[in-house]
Amino acid sequence: MNWRRLLDHPSLALGLAATLAFALLGLASLIWTPYPIADIAISRRFLVPDASHLLGTDHLGRDMLSLIMAGTLTSFTVGAAAVAIGVGIGVPMGLVAAMWGGPVDWVAMRISDLAFAFPSVIIAILIATLIGPGATNAIIAIGIFNIPVFARVARGGALALSSLDFIGAARLAGLGKAAIAWRHILPNIMSLIIVQGTIQLSLGILAEAGLSYIGLGTQPPATSLGLMLRDAQSLFLIHPSLSLLPGLAIVLIVVALNIAGDGLRDALDPRLRRQELA
Amino acid sequence: MLYLLRRLAGFALTLLIAALVIFVLLDLLPGDPARFILGINASADALAALRLQMGLDIPAPARFGNWVWSMLQGDFGVSHTQRAPVAKLIAERMAVTLPLSVFAMAISMAVGLPLGILAARHRGKPLDTALMVMAQGGVAVPNFWFGMLLTLLFAVTLRWLPPGGFTPWYEDGWLALRGLVLPSLALALPQAAILARVMRTALVDVAGQDFIRTARAKGMTYGEAIWRHGVRNALLPVLTILGLQFAYLIAGTIIVENVFYLPGLGRLIFTAISERDLVLVRSATMVLVLAVSATMLVVDLTYALVDPRLRERRA
Repeated sequence: MNWRRLLDHPSLALGLAATLAFALLGLASLIWTPYPIADIAISRRFLVPDASHLLGTDHLGRDMLSLIMAGTLTSFTVGAAAVAIGVGIGVPMGLVAAMWGGPVDWVAMRISDLAFAFPSVIIAILIATLIGPGATNAIIAIGIFNIPVFARVARGGALALSSLDFIGAARLAGLGKAAIAWRHILPNIMSLIIVQGTIQLSLGILAEAGLSYIGLGTQPPATSLGLMLRDAQSLFLIHPSLSLLPGLAIVLIVVALNIAGDGLRDALDPRLRRQELA
Repeated sequence: MLYLLRRLAGFALTLLIAALVIFVLLDLLPGDPARFILGINASADALAALRLQMGLDIPAPARFGNWVWSMLQGDFGVSHTQRAPVAKLIAERMAVTLPLSVFAMAISMAVGLPLGILAARHRGKPLDTALMVMAQGGVAVPNFWFGMLLTLLFAVTLRWLPPGGFTPWYEDGWLALRGLVLPSLALALPQAAILARVMRTALVDVAGQDFIRTARAKGMTYGEAIWRHGVRNALLPVLTILGLQFAYLIAGTIIVENVFYLPGLGRLIFTAISERDLVLVRSATMVLVLAVSATMLVVDLTYALVDPRLRERRA
């Protein structure tokens, strides 16, 4: 897509710009934060925002801006890794189901049903029972939840394409099922996958926040937006800003991603305009 | 009829495999569950006693069979940390979790569907835009954070409702109900935003179809045509989302319970995790999976009921 087309879709440009801004804010935390996030200074706790601490400090005297930067990075990393798992396993599964059909399709769809029966909270509970909580735990839990979503998107897209002439032509040209799936179907369902990927990324960021909030996700000394909310919970009646800021950050990131996703859907494939949130 | 039987068989199969997955994860992977539960400092006597209590002396396949068989009879085993039947523990907590999810679902439908219809009827006008901007925000709000905000407003500032905790139904039904108002709202509103968006899209979609034009040609007003013919058709995609939502509400209550200190299934599970009560975690997750799958089943069957086309195609 060239830049001129991007400007034809102002909401897409806005959503992408905002998403990019948050992603860069998170990435910046790798090399620089205003204060180290492990920098505990009780004497400086509950500071109101001023020039030295733009967003104030938390109950341990840590700089809120630094925490939010690092937390944003965690949110994006966990969400993106979970999308990668979903795409990496789900898309091939959906393509195989659509191309081979029959019993193969049946088995793939039953696996997908099974995965739907395990919301990420339940998977996170099972993993936490076995090996304890952690960010990896959240990635696996959300990733497993993403698999059937992408499998269904890929299968649906592939089935819709498979009756078209150019697929028939490819078959006549002697291409095998795997080659057709890879060379002709995958490029054509890429826009579907990208749009779904944006949606799942925003859902994954929400899910990560939830899992960390109940203690099944990211663990200290690492931080995440959900973990910040967990820390702030017992204090939020006295110091509401400690809960307001991370929550607001989550809302803004997710809104940015959703706007970008809606815009992408319209820009990549106007025909999809009608299938909102399906 | 054939469709019903096939769907039921699929449901049973999904549950059986889900049970197998949970069993393998919690019973086989830890190696010796008794050692896992009691820790490395456990005495040999204690280990032997627990192994006997958990039936670890019999081979794994038989253990799995026994577990499934006794669950079918309503026996979910005995929690060794709480020293009580797991079925009883779960039933107690369900008295909080189930009404909470049902209330939340009811609220989100009562709010989301009319707003979606309203937005569709005013498509392209400022009201539609305003509603959809609100929905865009609502979709992005984490329910547990929204719960915190609600507490701040209605419990701390206005003091209309309790900030948390729960009075059991048998002690005071009114107080119990009041305790669930804020948690239900916290769960419901983000869902309502999704519902409103889906309802709007579905209606807008249907409004462009030929049969609506035919109905208009027969002399119905636009509103009548949408109401008599549109809504029922638009409900199909909405129904799918409703089913998914209810399934995730059940799981979502686990998170929101934490905000309001509610003694629901989630808190039972967290205690069980920290105390390594494998028997309790195993059965509680199985109950959750059952609830989610049963919801999906009900949705599929309703789908077939509402849309005869589907029944014929699949059967």
